[in-house]
Amino acid sequence: MIIPALFFYLFAGVCIAAAFMVIAAKNPVHSVLYLILAFVNAAGLFVMMGAEFLAMILIVVYVGAVAVLFLFVVMMLDVDFAELRQGFLQYLPVGALVGAIFLAELLLVVGAWVIGPGVPQTIAAPIPTGVNNTEAIGRVLYTQYVYYFQAAAVVLLVAMIGAIVLTLRHKTGVKRQDIGEQVARTKATAIEIVNVKPGQGLGA
Amino acid sequence: MNAIPLSSMTPALPEIVLAAGAMALLMVGAFRERSAQLVNLGAIMLLVAAAFLAAALPDGTAFGGSFTVDGFARFMKVLAFGGSAVALVMSLDYLAVEKQQKFEFAILILLSATGMGMLISAGDLIALYLGLELMSLSLYVVAAFNRDSVRSTEAGLKYFVLGALSSGMLLYGCSLIYGFTGTVSFAGIAKASANGGIGLTFGLVFLFAGFCFKVSAVPFHMWTPDVYEGAPTPVSAFFAAAPKIAAMAIFARATISAFPGIVPQWQQIVVFVAIASMVLGAFAAIGQRNIKRLMAYSSIGHMGFALVGLASGTAEGVQGVLVYMSIYLAMTVGAFAVILSMRRPEGMVEQISDLAGLSRTNPAMAFFLALLLFSLAGIPPLAGFFAKYYVFLGAIKAGLYGLAVIGVLASVVGAYYYLLIVKIMYFDEPAKGFQPMPGELKAVLGVAGLFNLLFFVYPAPLIAAAGAAAKSLF
Repeated sequence: MIIPALFFYLFAGVCIAAAFMVIAAKNPVHSVLYLILAFVNAAGLFVMMGAEFLAMILIVVYVGAVAVLFLFVVMMLDVDFAELRQGFLQYLPVGALVGAIFLAELLLVVGAWVIGPGVPQTIAAPIPTGVNNTEAIGRVLYTQYVYYFQAAAVVLLVAMIGAIVLTLRHKTGVKRQDIGEQVARTKATAIEIVNVKPGQGLGA
Repeated sequence: MNAIPLSSMTPALPEIVLAAGAMALLMVGAFRERSAQLVNLGAIMLLVAAAFLAAALPDGTAFGGSFTVDGFARFMKVLAFGGSAVALVMSLDYLAVEKQQKFEFAILILLSATGMGMLISAGDLIALYLGLELMSLSLYVVAAFNRDSVRSTEAGLKYFVLGALSSGMLLYGCSLIYGFTGTVSFAGIAKASANGGIGLTFGLVFLFAGFCFKVSAVPFHMWTPDVYEGAPTPVSAFFAAAPKIAAMAIFARATISAFPGIVPQWQQIVVFVAIASMVLGAFAAIGQRNIKRLMAYSSIGHMGFALVGLASGTAEGVQGVLVYMSIYLAMTVGAFAVILSMRRPEGMVEQISDLAGLSRTNPAMAFFLALLLFSLAGIPPLAGFFAKYYVFLGAIKAGLYGLAVIGVLASVVGAYYYLLIVKIMYFDEPAKGFQPMPGELKAVLGVAGLFNLLFFVYPAPLIAAAGAAAKSLF
């Protein structure tokens, strides 16, 4: 029992430390790298819970695609963080006050933590036995949760349309290769026969 | 495997029609040159068809309770889809004249309306969140639709950033509620929350913060004036109409069906929000010079009045909310039909002073706008009076006398700035006249004006429908 607990605290501790460094790091590229570290540790936590599929998806999608994309964007944007930080001290007292109130409220909530009497009856899905993760997810994704799945897909469609509407510009006057037009050229449009008289050249 | 039969999805038919239609029109728009007119027309027909479908569907649930159709959903969906269709009709002329005609506009409105339908019918927290995001994401994009204008892009960005923040709060609330009750379905939460608890209340507060942002109630109203002012005018008209209805619907549904066990806890929040919205809407609108900003503050105030009905927590109160939202829709689209016709040869104008002497340059428009303004102020016998009457009646029956008194006082203050516009139109020196109104705006203004004027003659059908719809929630 001691080894799982040890690994849990290792993953959880590194995850929180990395998350803190994401917002504390001075260099934005370092921030993204810490973010990747946080993702990898979160994936470790998923493995410990028996959710291998989610762990692998987290690595493949978040680390492999999203974080790398982040990295590209951060490197391409020339963000002056020193300038962004200038207002920081000015807003610190107000921010600290709000944070303190928030913390007090959170402590109140945690202090009152009791599991409601109705909870055991309402727990939605028991963990299936005898099937692996991927199969268990596959069984419910297109049946029980098909509505959520499709709705999320439509949300992504809107994001795609929105990105295109707001950024795509059809520039006029840009020379592009049009293969159809090139192939469709005929002798009449392609060459011009000039009758050059001897000794006169083409003239000016 | 336990596959779902297709017929079990019938309750979601209007949304399926809207989503599939939007994708089909997207193909039309992408593969045909200059097809904006065609897509707009198709989108309007789809919205009207969806409204009829929504009205005709029988009660039922789909997808394991995530999607509910009841009288309440039918009523609100007809309003939301109808409001979207009218907003789209009103945008036709503006987009054509301003050379903003792009087929994506109608597609985004359609997808937003799909989200509204999902939101109104949501039976659990996940369906609620997905519907809300689908609706809002399309709204962020259409707010920035005039991408070459700094103000429009600023409006879109501001709305997006604040909207993301409010979504975060809403999700935090959802996760707290899930944590304390062990379920996401409204019925399950109602069962598990019978005894309340401070953690659940905490989650409820965050959930309400998200809702208040969407209905633009104080203290989450800051985005409204800037977004209304910056966004293209037909977009502001759309914002003021349909999304407000959907957001108010889910506010009422979630509160009534998921938290019947902790009425005193949410009642005091709703009472506070209602009072703050009414008072701020009344006082902040007084100093406005821009008519779109004025309409923004006016809508904040009206959301406050509608919340008075919800605060009572009874079927009568919810009936008041439904009546209020229907009449609010008619008043708002009418007023925006006038704002959309404030066009001079040099371009659109939107200052209140530009309306000076309208009674002499365009008497019909001035008469109808005056009618709508009187109705917005709540002066009998116009429809706006009945709207306020029913919400206050609900509040008084629930014993919330203080709330009702403050509401009446706020509406007196609010009457000042509405009547100020009437005075400017009828008694000030005429400014330069506007260009003639396009036919479809004339039609919208006429219908909205006559509805407000003649509502008192035969109010029974709307009141009865709202009453039946409200009962289905309890």
